[in-house]
Amino acid sequence: MTTAATVRASRLARWRDSDLAYSFRRSPVAMVSAVVLALCLGAALFAPWVAPHNPFDLATLNLLDALSPPHGMEGAKAGYLLGTDDQGRDVLSAIMFGARISLLVGLASVLFAMVLGVSLGLIAGYVGGKLDAIIMRIADVQLSFPAILIALLIDGVARAVLPRETHGGPIALFVLIFAIGISNWVQYARTVRGSTLVEKNKEYIQAARVIGIRPMGIMRHHLLPNVLGPVLVLATINIATAIITEATLSFLGVGVPPTQPSLGTLIRIGNDFLFSGEWWITIFPGAALVIMVLAINLLGDWLRDALNPRLQ
Amino acid sequence: MKLTACRMLKILLPLVLAGGLAAATQAATYKFADQGDATSMDPHSLNESLQLSLLGNIYEPLVGRGKKLELIPLLATSWKQTEPTVWRFNLRQNVKWHDGTPFTADDVIFSYERSKVDGSDMKTKVATVKEMRKIDDHTVDFVTNDPFPILPDTINTWYIMSKAWCEKNNAIAPVDVRKGKENAATLRANGTGPFMLKSREPGVRTVFVPNPNYWEKVESNVTEAIFTPIKNDATRVAALISGDIDMMEPVPLQDIEKLKAAPALNVLQGPELRTIFLGMDQARDELLFSNVKGKNPFKDKRVRQAFYQAIDIEAIKTRIMRGASTPTNEMIAPGIRGFDPALNKRVPHDAAAAKKLMVEAGYPDGFEVGMNCPNDRYVNDASICQAVAAMLAQIGVKVNLMAETKVTYFPKILSRNTSFYLLGWTPDSYDAQNAIFALLMTPAPNGQGLFNLGSYSNKRVDELGKAIASELDQTKRNAMISELFKIHGEEFGTLPLHQQALAWAAKKNVALVQLADNTNQLKWTVVK
Repeated sequence: MTTAATVRASRLARWRDSDLAYSFRRSPVAMVSAVVLALCLGAALFAPWVAPHNPFDLATLNLLDALSPPHGMEGAKAGYLLGTDDQGRDVLSAIMFGARISLLVGLASVLFAMVLGVSLGLIAGYVGGKLDAIIMRIADVQLSFPAILIALLIDGVARAVLPRETHGGPIALFVLIFAIGISNWVQYARTVRGSTLVEKNKEYIQAARVIGIRPMGIMRHHLLPNVLGPVLVLATINIATAIITEATLSFLGVGVPPTQPSLGTLIRIGNDFLFSGEWWITIFPGAALVIMVLAINLLGDWLRDALNPRLQ
Repeated sequence: MKLTACRMLKILLPLVLAGGLAAATQAATYKFADQGDATSMDPHSLNESLQLSLLGNIYEPLVGRGKKLELIPLLATSWKQTEPTVWRFNLRQNVKWHDGTPFTADDVIFSYERSKVDGSDMKTKVATVKEMRKIDDHTVDFVTNDPFPILPDTINTWYIMSKAWCEKNNAIAPVDVRKGKENAATLRANGTGPFMLKSREPGVRTVFVPNPNYWEKVESNVTEAIFTPIKNDATRVAALISGDIDMMEPVPLQDIEKLKAAPALNVLQGPELRTIFLGMDQARDELLFSNVKGKNPFKDKRVRQAFYQAIDIEAIKTRIMRGASTPTNEMIAPGIRGFDPALNKRVPHDAAAAKKLMVEAGYPDGFEVGMNCPNDRYVNDASICQAVAAMLAQIGVKVNLMAETKVTYFPKILSRNTSFYLLGWTPDSYDAQNAIFALLMTPAPNGQGLFNLGSYSNKRVDELGKAIASELDQTKRNAMISELFKIHGEEFGTLPLHQQALAWAAKKNVALVQLADNTNQLKWTVVK
């Protein structure tokens, strides 16, 4: 008990005294971004408990409350801070629930892309030769297409292959995560391959090889920890990109099923009402998306600078 | 030499200029858009308003509709009943198909045979006709099973195709859109109409050009008409405002006021004869898409009534339709022959009563059911379905809503691959008999009940439906129609919702004729 507490305390102390923490304390932008992001994450994570309504519980919807403007405007109905959409759903609650889906898809697809990209990069860099050439040529080909195009392609193929009945279900979410993930692995693979090429000729790797550790073990235990730094920075920034990609796909109507609206879906639905003056249905989800992505991006930028030895 | 050239130029220049100017005022490209596309260019493959409206520019019926919905002679010049069960049509002479071949009685008989086969969606139009006789090259007799006094009223969207062309192109039978098949007539067309099909890219654009050999001079000055489906409401509105297109429909209800206020645009509004309703599978012993096993809850009248009473139609009218709908209890609109205002009182919306009915029927906790809905066919169709799903949730029914484009929606529900669906119907004969025959009578191989997709069945309704078709006495006939709708209403055989309103928008320089059946004919379209 005491030891555990001491360890925790000392870890905290170590973090407090680290360069990273120092740089964090010195950067107001990073601090504000972190607070905003924490708020977004909290609202999304605890949406079922903190959201004023549950937009997915159809029994609680009242059509007569539909199209109520945000609080404080003429004709606003009580209890709907950011107004309601055409079906009487509370816009604020819909944003909180939508952010869950957006964040889930963003994080999961980045994780997937990272695992795939790092593994392939490691193998390509360490093994080299024909395998390296093959993997990197595939990467080159894929890099010549915009990521969104590849995601659209995979999503379209999946829709054609899977039976129609599954399109609205949870499989659609996995397809989306897979599609966004697969369109982003190249950056990780290239970064890791580059670092691996540098690292693999260093003495500690040669030593490991001499004492007879298998290539898999070398890659996992010796190379991986030493090439992961830049990857983490890349991943932070890519979360924002992945969320935007998801929003774009959902805006185009090929993303998450409409029963689980993400921020992109909400923006698309609201877009129909933009001309008619019911701006809040699309503007608020759009603003929420911008704020969230901006916070992640600023935090990622700070992390990149903080970890860059040349800037210190 | 120089002088002559100069003089020539002097003479020619005004001519060229005048010619150019004249061309500018005469020639007109007209671009129009709808929220959906036709599924095929085959006029016998799908009985759906937009498809028939588009194809009505290329193909023609024997008897058409004028600007006031009156019957007008098109491919037939006159018609009369020679016996109670025989209608004689005199066909127009010297009409040429777009490929130059002459139009004759053989084409009419061929079209009749073509409409009867499997894959045809026009069976309802010719179901009453027993046989067709060729009297001479320009006269045909329609022999009906029973006296059918309103026959000419019922064939205005039954288009005639060329026998020679269909045979040459291997398109003797229409292919079933429900099975996703295609043939030559799916993408090409050879009609007699005022416009010809220049090119067809499904879902992208369809281009029409005037038929230079049309048998009549038409008002239209359109030299090329380009039809584009634009599914997204906001995009369609933006396309019109920015001038990319000249006309579009339907105007999203939320944008009507804004477009009316735009100085360069016109909004054409009017009541539509289409009735929007919900249908339920009442034939299967177990629903295809439900968690209730071993029985079909929709066979129980109390469940159907509970669904009806759970729906707050006024809320749908004020919030989703923004006032542009007329709630109805009858399966036909005012303006259709046979409409009875006395029957048009809705059973009141009462969620508590509905809940009680569900308990009585043995579903105190409700049940799950799949619902099929188009999202680009009727005004705010998907929104209506979502609202209905939310209202049904209040009586414990969990609706798994599948809202999709009509291109995939229609094949699905027309093969009765559904438990609960939304559909709209306009009787294009402007007579109740058409709706009764297609929607309410028990499905039979001759086309009866072809759109009764929930297979609602009642003996008395069938008897009355049959009698209504041949009854000549208008008072007796109306009484029978009223009795039929009364029975159907009391049984909640379908759940009528409302008649939607038409809303088209066009640039001010485009003159259009809007018919209450939502057909839009290029021959009446003038671009100033």
